[in-house]
Amino acid sequence: MDRLFTVSVTENRQLIENHFLLTLHPRKKIRRPEPGTFFMLSVDSGLDPLLKRPLSVHRWLGSDFQLLYRVAGKGTAILSRRKPGDILEVIGPLGNGFPLKQSPKGAVLVAGGIGIAPVFALAEKLSSQRPLLFYGARTKQEVLCLDGLKRLGVQAVISTDDGSLGTKGSVINVLTQVASENPDMLRGQTFYACGPEPMLTALSGFAVQRGMKGYAALEERMACGIGTCLGCVVNTTGGYKRVCKEGPVFALDEVIWERGKSQELGGRQ
Amino acid sequence: MNMNITPDLSVTIGRLTLKNPVMTASGTFGYGDEYAEFIDLNSIGAIVVKGLSLTPKAGNPPPRIIETPSGMLNAIGLQNIGIDAFVREKLPFLKTIKTPVIVNFFGDSIEEYVQAAERLSGVSGIHALEMNISCPNKQAGWSIFGTDPDVTFNVVSEVRKATDMTLIVKLSPNVTDISLMARAAEAAGADALSVINTLTGMAVDIRTRRPKLANITGGLSGPAIRPVAVRMVWECYRAVRIPIIGMGGITTAEDAIEFILAGASAVAVGTGNFISPVTAATVAEGIGAFMKDEGIGSITEIKGGIQC
Ligand SMILES: Cc1cc2nc3c(=O)[nH]c(=O)nc-3n(C[C@H](O)[C@H](O)[C@H](O)COP(=O)(O)OP(=O)(O)OC[C@H]3O[C@@H](n4cnc5c(N)ncnc54)[C@H](O)[C@@H]3O)c2cc1C
Ligand SMILES: Cc1cc2nc3c(=O)[nH]c(=O)nc-3n(C[C@H](O)[C@H](O)[C@H](O)COP(=O)(O)O)c2cc1C
Ligand code: FES
Repeated sequence: MDRLFTVSVTENRQLIENHFLLTLHPRKKIRRPEPGTFFMLSVDSGLDPLLKRPLSVHRWLGSDFQLLYRVAGKGTAILSRRKPGDILEVIGPLGNGFPLKQSPKGAVLVAGGIGIAPVFALAEKLSSQRPLLFYGARTKQEVLCLDGLKRLGVQAVISTDDGSLGTKGSVINVLTQVASENPDMLRGQTFYACGPEPMLTALSGFAVQRGMKGYAALEERMACGIGTCLGCVVNTTGGYKRVCKEGPVFALDEVIWERGKSQELGGRQ
Repeated sequence: MNMNITPDLSVTIGRLTLKNPVMTASGTFGYGDEYAEFIDLNSIGAIVVKGLSLTPKAGNPPPRIIETPSGMLNAIGLQNIGIDAFVREKLPFLKTIKTPVIVNFFGDSIEEYVQAAERLSGVSGIHALEMNISCPNKQAGWSIFGTDPDVTFNVVSEVRKATDMTLIVKLSPNVTDISLMARAAEAAGADALSVINTLTGMAVDIRTRRPKLANITGGLSGPAIRPVAVRMVWECYRAVRIPIIGMGGITTAEDAIEFILAGASAVAVGTGNFISPVTAATVAEGIGAFMKDEGIGSITEIKGGIQC
């Protein structure tokens, strides 16, 4: 099935300030996108912005699909002004998606900020297992998808930076607390995460310390999305790997987390 | 206007005949395989693969790319799998298509250029060589290969002695007078020129006050550089007799025809492949349609046809 297609915008709904839920109708049959895979989307037909923007699959509705995005700059701002009926060119689904066979005991989902976009897709896929989700956001207002998560039966542990919902502090704070109070809860489980790089760096440290496995969907700037430009690499124990092709999902212990705390890449939050 | 003609799009570059003048620019089309699902690889004139060196190169740390108005900066750092792995792993696929394959290569020294050319020469499935003497990303000081006419002459002469394949020399735009480099390459035995590689540029994050690329500087490509590229093709066209492959910001057939009128025998689509993977094919198709519209029998008729 063709991975180059056009979509018409069905709905582009603002959820909160700067956050939108985009529903797209592919104008031909496309491949089912697995959680963690992404699409390259042209937000405009002109030459500025020039390149397509990568956005993760958020929900697959059978033939239509949804993306959940945060306005981060020029491209996503233009996308936020797209109206029902607008036609956009899309490539995808791209990348590897979350590997599920690797979690014999169970999956623990971890999301930070807009990282909930792909993590929700995974929660939906795993809903029969009633997965555990640790989800951090800046404020109560920025905690998205709560109704959906409830409907799926996900056990969500929420934290916010300002304490306006759930526990005050970071996802990692909450995880550390849980691990000390109830060590069995996490033992033998596998993390599936997406969020800002500092969060993923900390999660990787947390997992390594406890001998846990985990996977994270990463972000890097992309031009082609299909593995040819070599622009999107991340440093791993196996050398530079392409986020669009070998990723976006990598094992936590495979990534060399260099930009951790100082990184300025916008990220998920 | 004669609407019934079947326009002849074929062009000759050295000993290579292409069915149409549209190639892919090195570094923007991988080794061809990733694009096979999106376009008919037999619909383009030639495939130019990502620049290769004798041994694999890891490339620069990320971030490697950043978008700029109607363009992008890249500092890939010539990451590649090396000539041997290319021949072993990538060439077998490329041999299954009819489109000629042009191998772009580079070295850190004249000796490495020569060895690379020797290694690539006569390998079945490779139809021509393109020498990159112009990539602005490498820090080892070797960008002088493309910015000093004497050095250009030397390295091209040595490579010329090492191969009898069609040899294309890819020029750097980061010079005061590109026609000097064009003449030096021609005098040294180049069969054709590729004009232009990326223009060195820079972008700064004003909040962190740091360069947006880890490498600090990068090469600018895309529609933003097209007028510069057209001008440089025209300058080279007036300076040499060998064919010129024009590139820089081509995304439509109209863009390509602009280059051909300025003196290009063929063109290459680079960053345009990222905007949409079908760009090279639609440019080739569009040139044919334009020729039909204008009653142009052969694309070579309009080469250098600009009236100044
Ligand atoms: C595989 C993948 C999946 C993604 N999924 C989602 C998603 O589901 N929802 C969502 O809101 N965002 C997602 N992103 C991030 C999104 O692609 C960027 O926010 C977007 O491309 C920014 O474009 P812009 O023109 O609006 O911003 P720009 O003006 O280009 O940049 C604005 C800010 O965003 C940062 N940025 C630019 N490109 C990227 C990028 N590729 N990754 C991360 N930061 C970037 C810049 O450093 C800058 O700080 C994903 C990124 C990747 C690589
Ligand atoms: C991501 C990227 C990688 C490139 N890699 C190479 C390369 O390996 N060798 C080379 O000679 N040119 C390389 N180039 C330059 C292009 O082949 C081309 O000359 C230039 O980008 C201008 O054309 P465009 O504006 O159509 O992209 C690269 C360009 C880009 C954008
Ligand atoms: S975006 Fe081009 S290789 Fe990944």
